[in-house]
Order: sequence, then C-alpha cells, then structure tokens
Amino acid sequence: MIKLNELVAAYTTVRGSVKAVDGVDLSIPEGNIVGIAGESGCGKSTLLKVVYGDLTYPLALEQGEVSYGFADNDGQEVTSATIQEYWFKRISYIPQSSMSSLNPVIRVRKQFIDFLEPKASKDETLDRVRQYIQQLELPVEALDAYPHQLSGGMRQRMMVALATFFQPDIILADEPTTALDVVVQKGILLLLLKLQRQMGNTILFVSHDMGVHFQISHRMIIMYAAKVVEYGESPDVFSAPLHPYTRMLIESLPDIGDDHLRAGVSGRPPSLWDDLSGCRFAARCPLATELCRQEEPPLTEHRPNHFAACHFAGEDIPDVEPPL
Amino acid sequence: MKTILKTKDLHKVYRLGGFINRVRINALDKVNLHVQSDEPVIISLVGESGSGKTTLAIVMLRLIAPNDGQAMVYDQVVAGKGAKTDKKTFMSMVQPIFQNPFEAFSNYRTVDAYLLRTAMKVSGAKGAEAEDLVEDALVAVGMHYADVKGKYPNQFSGGELQRISVARALIPKPSIIIADEPVSMIDASLRMNVINLFLKLKEETRTSFLYITHDLATAYYISDYIAVMYRGTIVEFGNARAILSDPQHPYTQLLLGSVATMGKKWEEADIAMQDMEAVDFVAEGCRFRHRCPLAEQICADVRPGATAMPDGREVYCHIVERELEQA
Repeated sequence: MIKLNELVAAYTTVRGSVKAVDGVDLSIPEGNIVGIAGESGCGKSTLLKVVYGDLTYPLALEQGEVSYGFADNDGQEVTSATIQEYWFKRISYIPQSSMSSLNPVIRVRKQFIDFLEPKASKDETLDRVRQYIQQLELPVEALDAYPHQLSGGMRQRMMVALATFFQPDIILADEPTTALDVVVQKGILLLLLKLQRQMGNTILFVSHDMGVHFQISHRMIIMYAAKVVEYGESPDVFSAPLHPYTRMLIESLPDIGDDHLRAGVSGRPPSLWDDLSGCRFAARCPLATELCRQEEPPLTEHRPNHFAACHFAGEDIPDVEPPL
Repeated sequence: MKTILKTKDLHKVYRLGGFINRVRINALDKVNLHVQSDEPVIISLVGESGSGKTTLAIVMLRLIAPNDGQAMVYDQVVAGKGAKTDKKTFMSMVQPIFQNPFEAFSNYRTVDAYLLRTAMKVSGAKGAEAEDLVEDALVAVGMHYADVKGKYPNQFSGGELQRISVARALIPKPSIIIADEPVSMIDASLRMNVINLFLKLKEETRTSFLYITHDLATAYYISDYIAVMYRGTIVEFGNARAILSDPQHPYTQLLLGSVATMGKKWEEADIAMQDMEAVDFVAEGCRFRHRCPLAEQICADVRPGATAMPDGREVYCHIVERELEQA
C-alpha cells in the first residue's frame, strides 16, 4: 500500500510560492496500474515527482509525506525523505522524453551498467541485461547503439527495460507515449501491461489521453487545479463518473463510429495564483450553487472504493446543447 | 462543381547530410488528391510522424516550393508549376492555423496587433474599417474585440488563443484554412470547443478546412474527406466515415486498430516488433510493404496506383486491387 498523506507541494518562483499539489490524501493498493489524468497545470506531473522523491529546488514538499509500504534495512518505514536510496531498485521512473534522459554520448548498454550494485562484474551484468532484453523480445543489438541511432519508439522501449530491470515495486511513468505514433504507442503500452502482469508492481501512469487510461488502468485519479477530484476503480470511473468534471471530460471526447455532437467544457481552469476558495471547478460547473463557491468539498467515499470531491457527486447534469 | 483542393503529382524531396552520406527523403512522393464539391468541406490529412502531412501543408501554404507537380485551391493553381496567383490574392484565399498558439504569437506583442495587421495588409482595410473586420472575425469565433484589445498572449488559455488564431485566419475571408495539428496542444476539456468551431465556421462562413492531425477520433468527428498518408504517399483517400468505419488498406487498418479508444479494450494479440521499425524513405514499390502482413513480390517491384472502389474511395494497394478485380 502506498499512502499519500496530506501532500502539499509548492514551487518557488519570483512571484512567490505556488502550490501545484494541494492536499492530496489517498492510498493506493499494491499491484495496480493507477492512471492520473487532468489538464496541463493540474499538478499531475508534480504529484509524480513528489512520489518519486525528486524534490529539488524550485519544488519543495511543504506538508505531508509518502509512505511506500516497505521498510529499509534497519526496519524503518521508507518515506519520501529516504526513497532516493531506492531509485531504480524499488522505484523507477519513465519520463516522456527518452532522448533527454538517456545520455547521448554513451551506448545504451553502458547506461544499464551505470547503476548496478558495485560488487557485480561488468560482463556478468551485461549478460543479465542481454538476457532480460531477449526476454522482452527486443533486439539485443539496440544495446550497442547510441541513443540517437534508435527510433523514438525503440528508445522508449529501452527506457521501459531500464526502468523494469530490477523488478521495482513501484514504476512511475510520466506521459511515456505522448510523443509517439499510435501504432508505436500501442506496442509500448502492451509491453508495459505484460511486464506489470508478470511482476505485479504498482504503476502510476500520467497521461492526458483518456483512451490510454481506459485501455491500461485499474484505478483512476482525476486531478483538477492541484486537487484530486475523483479516485476510484477504472470501470466505475468510466461508466459512472461521480464528479461533473470527469463526466464532462469523458463525454466531450469523440469516438470513431459515434456520430453524436460533443460539447467541450466552457471556461478555463482557475489560476493557482488566485485566492482559491470553495470548489475549484465551480466556475465551469453546470451544477454549481452558492454552497460550491463558499465551501470546498472534501474527497469522500460516495460508493465503495469510489471517491469524489463534489457536493453534488453523481447527480445528473442538465444536457448541454452542442454548439451547432 | 468547384475543385476545392487538388494536387497533381506533387513532389518534394528533402536532402540531408553532406557530400558523402547524402540522403534524399521523398517527403511527398507524387501525391494526387482531388476534392470536388459545391459545398465547403473539411478534409483531414492523417498519418504518423514522417508521413509528409505537414510537408503537404507547408507546400500548400507556399512556405516551401515543391520539386515537381502543382497544387490547386478553388480552381486556382497556388503552388508548383504554373502558379501565377500573387501573394495578396493567395493570402486572401488560403490562411494557416498552426499547432502551438503560444509560439504563433509573440509574447511581447498584443494579440490585437496581429489581427489589425492582417486586416490592413491582406484585406487592405484602414482604421475603423479594419477594426470592424476584426470584430466580425472575433464574433464568428465567439469573442469580441473588447476581450482581446491590449492583451498579451499569456493572458489567454490555449483554447482561447487558438480561437484568436482562427479569427485571424478568418479576417481575409479565405476559401480554405489549413490547420496543422490545431488542437494537439490544447487540453482535452477545451479541445472540442475548437473542433466544434470548425464545424460552425464551415456552415456559417462557408470556409473549407484542410485539417492535419494524428488524432483519428477528431478526424472522424469533423471531416467529410480523409486522406491517410504513409512515408510521403497517399494510401487511402475518400469519404471519411466510410474509410474510418471500414478501412481497406492494411496500413489504415493497422492505424485504426492501434488507437486507444474508450469503447473497447485491446486484444492480447501483440503487434510484432518489426512491424514498427522499418525506416526507408527511398524504397521502390509500396512503401508499406515491410510492415504489411499481406505483402507479395509485386509490392516490392511496382508502386501501387490508385484503385477506385465502388464507394468512391481510392486505395493504393495491389492486394485490394486484385480482390476488387476478382469480385
């Protein structure tokens, strides 16, 4: 179980500090793929950074901590302050741009060796790496290439191999397929799914593509303006969303073979610089009342394992006329 | 009927590298498209990166010259051989919208300056007349001149700014707007606002669109015609709904099968790895043959031409052609 306890993370800027993650409090059972969705600036990537323990200036954890559900050698619970020692061993990270995370001037195989335990010999490890790459049905020759010699998709597969080599308990993936073509994307997602099934690790998967979430996630976290607005099992979230934002987001997306007109969500997310009170979605919500503008709804369990932060969770939304 | 858009053997070669390892990439390899209609239409151009869809757009926008062939818009040759249309006429016929609205506008200039400049330079209006043109265009996208006056790009959301780029493109009342990935930088909740705007403008201002995208769902939603491109060639072209609900070319089928939809979960059947990694732009024959499960010897030897199907679409595939002949 990964527990996120009252996380508040803020960036220091010239205009002062801005909270990109503001009071996220939930627990994630092991062995799940958890999708995190939301628009740009909603704090989904920041949340991932906090979980990874990558808290370098200008980002700082102002409040709360993450507990990862495993202990260190002295029996102490590992938290966001000590997780750095376990990077790649028990928690790993797949970034969006593999081109800027792989070192361009050394061969891929050396990047595998770089973070191995100091005792193991080079050749031994290289053999293990080759075996692992073969197990994944990836071309072994790719190990001898420099990153720029590989296609974007193959680079991203090497990142997946790198991130899963130690069978970590937790894998964090930040838009790992966003820059890729759909055919390549499908190949990588299926690879990730297969590995997760074999290893049973927990994956936190950030994407803005709801279709991708539908395909791979077991649970969904929907974020809006630095808050979690909905959290639940994916089939529930997709078939019966509780929060109006989630519902409007899902309903606004067109699907091939479906000729219904779709309406977008009007308005825009609030600026995190403003003094935010009440529900942050209220200005765009068709159900909003005075209560929503005054009082912030807490994230509560409305149905078993299905949480939402809304005073009117699950209520019908009046039909929005598609603008034609 | 008017020829809304026509390309005839449009060809563009990029040369990369130096003396020794010079590579020629056929970004557009004798592309033939032809759309005739009396009504305004939305034509989608889809394909993966490197398929040549953006090259086609910038050739049509006259930002680069093709090596061969020509492109026509509304019965006038605008690019390539025999293009005589002068710059001002051209700009009042064809207008662009680009992918990232935050890059299209400078942060140090107010957005209304762009709008007024377009009104004055392209439409030749002056003073209050120019402001009226700007107001008309902004009303068409659901905004007002007062909303944008004196404001800088960072005071708008991506969706709003993209609306303003649409308004800018509308000022000279163009026949066709070329939109290159206009919604890929916009958040999901705001994306449909821009997409619906295209549909509305097609009806109200009778503007045609060439919509370039890799998102097949929005392409299905708005387009009348669709052209699927692969490595500089067209593989399938015709009615958008027909093609996307019943793709004929193996590549279109692969593409559609790979879209992450919310309708149905993927089957376990993996895509084989070599299906995705073939890189060659200068091949003879069918460009897709290295990844094609149906490929035969003829696919390596002869480049497939357009096969006209009974429903009016064109498919560039030897196998489809043979099956049609046998049927």
